[in-house]
Amino acid sequence: MYDLIIIGAGPAGITAAVYAARKKMDFLVLTGDIGGQTIWSSNVENYTGYQFITGVELAQKFEEHMRQYKISVRENEPVISLEKAKDFFTLTTAKAVYQSRTVIIASGKRSRELGVAGEKEFRNKGLTYCATCDGPLFSGKDVAIVGNGNSALDAALQMVRISPRVYIINKVSSLSGDAVMREKAISAKNITVINDATVTEILGDKLVTKIRIKRNRSLEEIPVQGVFVEIGLIPNSDFASLVKKNDLGELEVDCRNSTSVEGIFAAGDVTSVPEKQIIIAAGEGAKAALSSFRYLAGHKF
Amino acid sequence: MASKILVYSTPTCPHCIRLKQFLSENKVDFINYDVSVDREKADEMIKKSGQMGVPVTDIDGQLVIGFDKEQIKSVLGLT
Repeated sequence: MYDLIIIGAGPAGITAAVYAARKKMDFLVLTGDIGGQTIWSSNVENYTGYQFITGVELAQKFEEHMRQYKISVRENEPVISLEKAKDFFTLTTAKAVYQSRTVIIASGKRSRELGVAGEKEFRNKGLTYCATCDGPLFSGKDVAIVGNGNSALDAALQMVRISPRVYIINKVSSLSGDAVMREKAISAKNITVINDATVTEILGDKLVTKIRIKRNRSLEEIPVQGVFVEIGLIPNSDFASLVKKNDLGELEVDCRNSTSVEGIFAAGDVTSVPEKQIIIAAGEGAKAALSSFRYLAGHKF
Repeated sequence: MASKILVYSTPTCPHCIRLKQFLSENKVDFINYDVSVDREKADEMIKKSGQMGVPVTDIDGQLVIGFDKEQIKSVLGLT
């Protein structure tokens, strides 16, 4: 029986772990990866103390800091279910079952998927959720970018230099995102913006060869070799069915990071906290750890 | 005999950076191909792995797709 189990090791989970270690709590970190979404930020210029640092480097600093303490971190072990027993919680992963008096959920967010036929089959076979990573492999190939915000525009403007044709498939009637980027995208000769259109299927053989889209009630096919999905993020909160969520699926927390279930705290991007920022997630993680500590001190188990 | 290790990566992909750091930290020598500029190696990677996501690591012909630390450790016999 642990005092605390922290789910996730992004800025919130890692900071919670550092605080819990300094309070000498008996705890464990269960996570898929280390660093969370931080590693996807190319440049971070608003984390106090660092005027400029890359996301990868900042995540490493976080990890190094955490490893200063003897913390038990189980990587590649995301939590599948979280259940309440009489006065403790049971957490299940693919590898084991754990028990803890308190829990901090800091499981962050992940890329939203299209939910269409062919998406799973062609993942990494032409379809990608990381234009920054895989984009250069599509040089000389036609690509479709699905989405309408800054990340979609960013991907389009990255690809415009190396792809003959770039399509932006936008669900609504106009692009959102920053005005400067929008104008650049609209004025680029090899970018075609298709508004009011949804992707219905990804097609191909071994690799993607085309997509099917629906526009004005008619189905059309567009030949492309690459599909970049940039339609936002969703919280990793599926396993937290016990806890009250908002409309976005984020866990509702109060200013002490308490959730609707006593003994379960939450921090960072998986929560309803306004503003999703690395520094905010870190601060929230610290608060959650201290709240867990206080909660344990106030209860006789 | 030391393994021959090939890494296919792009400079902008965080998992590629972490993979290369991981190999260096474990004192594992490798040859890196930047597939964002090397078309030939990009095609080779796609042909070998049947997919287009980076990074891909080739350890004596055995492929690891993505930064799968545990799989790389087990293939290399690291603890």
